[in-house]
Amino acid sequence: MSAAVTVAARGLTRRFGEFVAVDEVSFTVAAGEIFGFLGSNGAGKTTTIRMLCGLLAPTSGDATVLGFDIAHHADAIKRRIGYMSQRFSLYTDLTVAENLRFWGSAYGLGGDRLAGRAAWAIEMAELADRRHTLVRELPAGYRQRLALGAALLHEPPVVFLDEPTGGVDPEARRHFWDLIDTLSGEGTTVFVTTHSMDEAERCHRVALMHAGRLLALDTVPALKATLAAGTLVEIACPRAAQALPVVEGMAGVREAALFGDLLHAALDAASRRDGLALEIAACGFAPVEVRPIAPSLEDAFIHTIRGAEEQASGVRGPGSGSGE
Amino acid sequence: MIRRTLAIAVKELRQLRRDVRTTLALLGMPVVLLLLYGYALSFDVRHIRLAVVDQDGGRAARELREAFLATDTFDLVSAGNDARALDALFDSGRAQAALVIPHGYGSDRVAGRATTVQLVLDGSDAQTATAVLGYARQIVASAAPVWREPHSLGAIRPVASVWYNPDLSSSRFLVPGLLGFILMVTAVIATALAVVREKERGTMESLRATPLVAIELLIGKTLPYLLIGSVAAAGAIALAWGLFDVPVRGSLLALAAVTLLFLAGGLGLGMLISTMAETQQVAFQAALLISMLPTLLLSGFIFPISSMPRALQLVTHVVPARYYLVALRGIVLKGTGPEAWGMEAVALGIFATVVLLVATVRTVRSL
Repeated sequence: MSAAVTVAARGLTRRFGEFVAVDEVSFTVAAGEIFGFLGSNGAGKTTTIRMLCGLLAPTSGDATVLGFDIAHHADAIKRRIGYMSQRFSLYTDLTVAENLRFWGSAYGLGGDRLAGRAAWAIEMAELADRRHTLVRELPAGYRQRLALGAALLHEPPVVFLDEPTGGVDPEARRHFWDLIDTLSGEGTTVFVTTHSMDEAERCHRVALMHAGRLLALDTVPALKATLAAGTLVEIACPRAAQALPVVEGMAGVREAALFGDLLHAALDAASRRDGLALEIAACGFAPVEVRPIAPSLEDAFIHTIRGAEEQASGVRGPGSGSGE
Repeated sequence: MIRRTLAIAVKELRQLRRDVRTTLALLGMPVVLLLLYGYALSFDVRHIRLAVVDQDGGRAARELREAFLATDTFDLVSAGNDARALDALFDSGRAQAALVIPHGYGSDRVAGRATTVQLVLDGSDAQTATAVLGYARQIVASAAPVWREPHSLGAIRPVASVWYNPDLSSSRFLVPGLLGFILMVTAVIATALAVVREKERGTMESLRATPLVAIELLIGKTLPYLLIGSVAAAGAIALAWGLFDVPVRGSLLALAAVTLLFLAGGLGLGMLISTMAETQQVAFQAALLISMLPTLLLSGFIFPISSMPRALQLVTHVVPARYYLVALRGIVLKGTGPEAWGMEAVALGIFATVVLLVATVRTVRSL
């Protein structure tokens, strides 16, 4: 096993009948990295994770986890990874301690090691005074932390977290991500899926999934920088929703999107900025203010997906029309 | 391997302990069903409404009538000497049976001639009618020394002696079958639900990501239900002995061994269903269908296998309750040893092995 690479996927593909859930996805994840899989529901994130965890066979392509081939050594992989599925993975009718004992035993732990690791998980999840509480009586944030603890009992060098903070309030979510930072600091590789931009910002690198394909993969600053070349502006004007199609149609505007009651637009050149305000005002949306902004990850996300869709419809040819 | 299997079994028992309703159902259901069916499911014939038409009117005729009414098998609803009244009695359902003693019965008896009495039965309930006919024959045979079969040439005196169950109590015959039925249904449903519940709640996905292998999951999941099933079976057998006077004449060890084999098959069937069903509702219905109907209809529990059409008889060979019933009736009622039901035990073993193997293979594929 090469020291630095924890996960390597090459052309990983999974079809369900005609539907291509994951389409020729390739990437590598370095040891100790927080690797974010960002995408909307149905983008193929969960399918990819399930293939990497040895739960689903790829249709084509291959991947290694900790140097083990997912097609042939799923058992070896299962012994060495932690996995938190999208569905809640603990037994709600068992207590905190009973759950930890069960999941630890399922990973082959016993005796002092199991007791020690269970104590660690209870401390990590801050459940010392609730170890005999039924899991169904815990608040969602504690449950998720406990589920993370259960997935880490056997001290796996890599952990796969599939939307771990679903249904958790922002405070508990931040807390959860602090735990992820700590884990990564201790050398554990964290492979995490999310559709939250805030969470993606906390990853070392983010892979952008859309419709089964990997559209972009880079650090968060680098992803944002792909947009910095085309200048991004924020437009404040009355009736922004009506203004959107007008702005979109203007020369020199590559794309525009509604952000709350503001418009965000990507321009071909920064010099276009001054003329734009006058044109919008002339169309009846005065007063107009156009200011340059640093792109957010969401801007980068939308930009990348639009680019991919335009490319796809371009490939299909002019006759096929826009199938959006 | 043992650690992981035990972890599953312990977890399952813990969950059962919390789930009081299910546990009570598993332990109490056999007892409740046994009481319910044991009392309701009786083919014993009592209090048959009898009309007597005495056209003879002599002493011998009166004696015959008294013989019929001496036990609680027959209740007199009408007595007269006109057979034409019977139509109305049967039509209205007031009478289920009628005894017609013809004129000259007494003189024939005195002269020692062969004579006849007529028994009219309401055949719309064939089962009862058959039983009544049997009773009536016994009564006539003991009251009069000669019973003449229709279409037979000479006077024949049938001598029936019933072994193992001399008073032909149907509970003695039915309770072992009931036991098999109850054990089968609870074993199949309990295990099927136990696995499908994990799928439905999403914990199966996490289990699959652990190094747990199919056989550990299978054994770990079935062990607790084997335990509970055994306790329930022991309770039901004790109850049958105490309440329905069903004796255990044979060896308790043999009884336990055969019951365990039978349970193993049921648990395997439940596992098999759980590999196909995705929701508890589907699993429950499939389990009910697969366990209840064949056990009820095709095991010889109620309907004798020998009187089924040939094709159905073949089907009964894959119904494990069929073998269990033979062995159980043998051990409980006859006190026989393995020489009498050894083949049935082997069949139960084969069934359990095949079903558990298929369930394991299917679980491996899904894990």
